[in-house]
Amino acid sequence: MSTGALYNDQGGAEAAVEAGQESTPTSSGSGAAFGLFSADFKKNEDLKEMLESSKESLKLEAMKRIVGLIAKGKNASELFPAVVKNVASKNIELKKLVYVYLVRYAEEQQDLALLSISTFQRALKDPNQFIRASALRVLSSIRVPIIVPIMMLAIKEAAADLSPYVRKTSAHAIQKLFSLDADQKEQLIEVIEKLLKDKSTLVAGSVVMAFEEVCPDRIDLIHKNYRKLCNLLVDVEEWGQVVIISMLTRYARTQFTSPWKEGAMFDENNEKAFYESDSEEKKGHTEEKPYIMDPDHRLLLRNTKPLLQSRNTAVVMSVAQLYWHLAPKHEVSIVTKSLVRLLRSHREVQYIVLQNIATMSIQRKGMFEPFMKSFYVRSTDATHIKTLKLEILTNLANEANISTILREFQTYVKSQDKAFAAATIQAIGRCATNISEVTDTCLNGLVLLLSNRDETVVAESVVVIKKLLQTQPTQHSEIIKHMAKLFDNITVPMARASILWLIGEYCERVPKIAPDVLRKMAKSFTAEEDIVKLQTVNLAAKLYLTNSKQTKLLTQYILNLGKYDQNYDIRDRTRFIRQLIVPSEKSGALNKYARRILLAPKPAPVLESSFKDRDRFQLGTLSHSLNSKATGYQELSDWPAVAPDQSVRNVEIIEAVKEWTPTVGKTKQPKSDDKFYSDDEDEKEEEGSDSSGSEDSSSSSSEESGSDSEEESSESEKTSSDSGKSSSGSEQSSSESELEQKKKKKTKKVPQKKSKPTAADSESDENGNGPVAQESSSSAESSSGSETDSEDDSDSDSPAPQKKTETKTKPKVAVKSKKEVSLLDLDDFSPAPTNTPQSSIFSPSLLSDLEGLSLSGVSSTMQVTTSSFGPVKTYELLHHMTGKGLAAKYHFPRQPCLYQPSMVAVQVILSNSSDHSLEEIHIGDRSPASLSIHCFNTIERLEPEASVTVSMGIDFSDSTQAANFQLCTKEDQFSVSIQPAVGELLMPSSMTEQDFCKEQGKLQGMNETSATITMETANASSQAISKQVLSVANVGVVSSSQNNFSRFAGRTVSSGALVLVSLELKESSTALLTINTEKTVMASMLLRDIKQALTQA
Amino acid sequence: MIHSLFLINHSGDIFLEKHWKSVISRSVCDYFFEVKEKAVDPENVPPVLQTPHHYLISIYRGKLFFLSVVQTEVPPLFVIEFLHRVADTFQDYFGECSEGVIKDNLVTVYELLEEMLDNGFPLATESNVLKEMIRPPNILRSVVNTLTGGSNVGDTLPTGQLSNVPWRRAGVKYTNNEAYFDVVEEIDAILDKSGTTVFAEIQGVVEACVRLTGMPDLTLSFMNPRLLDDMSFHPCVRFKRWESERVLSFIPPDGNFTLMTYHVSSQNLVAIPVYVKQNINFFETGSCGRLDITIGPKQNMGKTVEGLMVTIHMPKVVLSANLTATQGNYTYDLTTKVLVWDIGKLNPQKLPNLRGSLSMQAGAPKPEENPSLNIDLKIQQLAISGLKVSRLDMYGEKYKPFKGVKYLTKAGKFQRLSLSFL
Repeated sequence: MSTGALYNDQGGAEAAVEAGQESTPTSSGSGAAFGLFSADFKKNEDLKEMLESSKESLKLEAMKRIVGLIAKGKNASELFPAVVKNVASKNIELKKLVYVYLVRYAEEQQDLALLSISTFQRALKDPNQFIRASALRVLSSIRVPIIVPIMMLAIKEAAADLSPYVRKTSAHAIQKLFSLDADQKEQLIEVIEKLLKDKSTLVAGSVVMAFEEVCPDRIDLIHKNYRKLCNLLVDVEEWGQVVIISMLTRYARTQFTSPWKEGAMFDENNEKAFYESDSEEKKGHTEEKPYIMDPDHRLLLRNTKPLLQSRNTAVVMSVAQLYWHLAPKHEVSIVTKSLVRLLRSHREVQYIVLQNIATMSIQRKGMFEPFMKSFYVRSTDATHIKTLKLEILTNLANEANISTILREFQTYVKSQDKAFAAATIQAIGRCATNISEVTDTCLNGLVLLLSNRDETVVAESVVVIKKLLQTQPTQHSEIIKHMAKLFDNITVPMARASILWLIGEYCERVPKIAPDVLRKMAKSFTAEEDIVKLQTVNLAAKLYLTNSKQTKLLTQYILNLGKYDQNYDIRDRTRFIRQLIVPSEKSGALNKYARRILLAPKPAPVLESSFKDRDRFQLGTLSHSLNSKATGYQELSDWPAVAPDQSVRNVEIIEAVKEWTPTVGKTKQPKSDDKFYSDDEDEKEEEGSDSSGSEDSSSSSSEESGSDSEEESSESEKTSSDSGKSSSGSEQSSSESELEQKKKKKTKKVPQKKSKPTAADSESDENGNGPVAQESSSSAESSSGSETDSEDDSDSDSPAPQKKTETKTKPKVAVKSKKEVSLLDLDDFSPAPTNTPQSSIFSPSLLSDLEGLSLSGVSSTMQVTTSSFGPVKTYELLHHMTGKGLAAKYHFPRQPCLYQPSMVAVQVILSNSSDHSLEEIHIGDRSPASLSIHCFNTIERLEPEASVTVSMGIDFSDSTQAANFQLCTKEDQFSVSIQPAVGELLMPSSMTEQDFCKEQGKLQGMNETSATITMETANASSQAISKQVLSVANVGVVSSSQNNFSRFAGRTVSSGALVLVSLELKESSTALLTINTEKTVMASMLLRDIKQALTQA
Repeated sequence: MIHSLFLINHSGDIFLEKHWKSVISRSVCDYFFEVKEKAVDPENVPPVLQTPHHYLISIYRGKLFFLSVVQTEVPPLFVIEFLHRVADTFQDYFGECSEGVIKDNLVTVYELLEEMLDNGFPLATESNVLKEMIRPPNILRSVVNTLTGGSNVGDTLPTGQLSNVPWRRAGVKYTNNEAYFDVVEEIDAILDKSGTTVFAEIQGVVEACVRLTGMPDLTLSFMNPRLLDDMSFHPCVRFKRWESERVLSFIPPDGNFTLMTYHVSSQNLVAIPVYVKQNINFFETGSCGRLDITIGPKQNMGKTVEGLMVTIHMPKVVLSANLTATQGNYTYDLTTKVLVWDIGKLNPQKLPNLRGSLSMQAGAPKPEENPSLNIDLKIQQLAISGLKVSRLDMYGEKYKPFKGVKYLTKAGKFQRLSLSFL
């Protein structure tokens, strides 16, 4: 036994290795005879001993051998008790091997397997995400029905895990649990629904896979996630792409109307009556309303197209099938090149791709005709590849290229691969019937082949000629004569039968030869194959009817032979024929019609492709490949006549706004009588066009100057401007701004861009028009301007109707009235202006106004997570002395950055304190070069004494490292740097107290930092604490039911890691300050800052 | 999706099985063996087979069958692509993908398979990620491991899977930073009897070997990107950037990888570097034949043609060949009927020639078709399409890397047909 021998080798080698280290029981054992069962048993005893030893290396060695046994398919199940003990081992490799073993045998040893469960349950709580994931992976792979509830619980928990990797694993576990216990379906669907909302590219592929396996019919779960999936697609890993694309194909066929109605003219073959009738019917009442593609439909097509360039052949194929099934007819051909490229790949890939091309080429010759030469057969191709290429070439044949193809076929006929040669002859036959111009040429060529020395070639030619002659029932007596002459030399039964049939059918045209052939057949009748015998009987009958004089005796002789044949078919046929043709008293009326029955003109056989009906299956599927419905195949539905409601795909904006202030949706709310808003909107439109113009210039300037690595942003800018043109359903997509994905954010950017620059620009315009005396006031205005946004948001969910109306009705007074409000609130919250720099004396009050708003919102609804404001500190960026008149200050407005979710918003106030105007203020080189900054638009001109506020976004990647860049004017460049306080790298997050405690529970151990602090007595109230903490860090207040607890929650801007701050008041103004986050460095810095704020007062 | 995997050697032994869901008896392979028996050549086994309860999807690589069992509808290419990725991974880890090597590293193979699929759905297929979890074997490490009791499973957990660049591992460090690119082009051509080109196209691939510290961001630009007609990219390449500027911008994986493959359209005239004069005759009587082949340079842009080799699949009736070669030597394999003439470097002054007689089976009819010639060649320092790399820039890191580009032209499927019929 070869495997036994192999094991021996390996065992020997291992033993030798071990011998160097220590002498072990195995080194003697492995030399023993293997192949025998008893020896196997003994060896396993050895392994058991090794596993029970205390030495790690021995255990590992034993496990390696056991895994070797499993790999070879040998039974190692009796070692289960010994192996399962090691499940909690600290050695990672040993642990992994034990997992392998467990997964393999747990099903057989369910009781023992339960021993290991607690280990996994413990590991599920591990702070390390990989350990959590692998525990869930193994736990869910153990197919033991008893633990279904435990699995269910673990999956639910993991689906809410912070780590996307763990969530991905939970998506995989869903399928496993479903296959173990289908009764859990409903609960699992809930988890799937939740995971579908996940924004991580890591999760997307796996959860769609789970969806396809568990509930492929619940298409309603997809609606809300459709656009997100389309946008994420490019960044999902390749295997996930395949699954998502095929699911979206099915989805699109149920949700959009057919794009083919007008495309009918592109459809050469005018193929389907079904679609035709459909389109005609449609045209009846949609005449005046031409087909307009749903923007979502277009989105899918646009976002899948780049994937045609994937290195993964499965991805390319799935995009190809998507285009085939969904794209307007004239767009399908863009997939051709990529499909042809796949033909360079492995043999198996070629096979599948050729099958699909074969199906496509029947309907759309034009797609592949320019690439005809790529389908030329090479002598080194495998037979099934050759046959498929032949099929495609035949499909592509038309009047123009038939001569080239036939010349190619001629070489194939001589191939040494006879099966292929035979297939070629069939193909020639098909060409001959399809293209009437060449029928004669083909027929002659085939007749020539009859003298071929190879029997299969001749036989195939005969069969094909027979079919061809039937379609051309004139002028073929010569050919029949020729074939009759060859008859003696042909031994292949099918060919002999075909010739007999031909002679019988056209016996009147060859009256002399036919009886002679029958005579020969009578002689050899008994030695013939059944199929030949049947045709002989046929021939005899036909001759009897047409030429009974010469053949009566022969016929009778043959009928007698047939009567006693061993084969019942032949006996049957003989009896039937006898009754039919030989008149007797018993044979009734049929006799009269015998001639008409037997010699009726027969319809010519249709020679058509075997791929003709394959298009009933979705391309690229297993079913298509097998040409039969595979288990679990999901039918592709026909286009709906009327598109279902499009709005189901709209994502509620409010939900998104909760975390991300920018409010594009507000323009939607009808407020016709509202002067402020209508003005504002007008302005916006103007600004919008303006800003799009300057957008371009800025992107180009950044290209010129920022020659370095800034491709990311310029790229994304391009894409966004691209998509800006085409996308229309823009406002919904804003909700996707939370996506972690960094790069391709097409549509979602558009609305943000439009809104944000307008906010900033409108300020700058104001400043530009009427220069404002104090820079600080402009800063105040700018913040107030942007605040209106956020306030409006908080309006949408927090009850503050009075203020709302106030601000709305009186646009210009708005600021003032707010100030009043703020003063009131100021009293309420008693903000301490002491720690705010003087330069921004205005802003704190304004901001604290909003602080009041948002804080009250928090306490009342517990939902709001617009930025919570502490007094804003303004920092110097560039002093006017060093800046040759240009001064710059910045502060953190604590709004989510509109350009990219991972960026921190920074507002920069530029002012000109020189006596000449400054031109072309922009941002130049930055360091580190990889730093991603969203620059403000170049400021063309800044008059003396004027100042302007601009917004920037900087991705600090959750580190307090300074962002260094150059501030450039037309003449000069100044190096500046922005160093964020750690608290500014956060954004507030909303959660309930329960959630807080739960999340906190997950972030224990390493992730917890705490300190006991002694607070200034003034700070001891919870309000004061809130204020102090908020002044340091941009976090959200979590409402607390306990008085002595203050809780704050936030996320890091760049990575979205949760940061939880809790403060427990104890006696005599001491308090325990605890910070839980994965980012331990940030935690310690934050701890220091908060501590400082609270102790200093 | 993928339920089980069986590795089967040339003679039909199953030497490895791995199940990702419940165990499927290996008897399911019997259906496959049945088909394999019928197909003369293992290449002829159809990749997709149907059995009463399962579907078998297989690939044939390195004289091994990778046979996977699936139970439900799944895109067959998905499975095929994955199986090839498995074979590629083995090649990457062990230097080759053969039965012996897999048997020698059975445990590593098993660990790899465990990581690559979860419940039949691909989990980690990037070489960089896998190598962080399971270290590839090498002699030094195996010695060290036996002494220290260490293992070949990485003790740090991979970060690549979580980052935005899943194909690159974090914390790469080299003392010598280098980036090499090989532009390799293959000519696919079919020439007819008279030597005119029936079909010719160029397939190219840019192989990269990048050993750079940190997270470098590279930009590779070409002098003449318009030449490229169709291409596919490694996932690291930023597609948008290519579309707009025709430069390859990417954060590379660590080590060897294929950056892109491309196709130069057949519309552009493809230069055929050599010409072949051939004369093969089989005589009706005397059961013998004559063979006379001469090869000369045609368009090779002043570079030397190397590694020239001619392969001829003779008709079955040819028993032996008695030839003389003016350069190189020839072998004729009696069982496979393959004549190989290994020429080596092409000397334009003295053209290599092979001539002599072929003896055929007595009484057998003369073969109706003259055999076709397959030609193999190499030209160093030349990309036959004329594609040239203009520059490579690196961003994101401060050091100066050592850069290099190599060009190579090879014959791909280069066939000289003999058309003698009609």
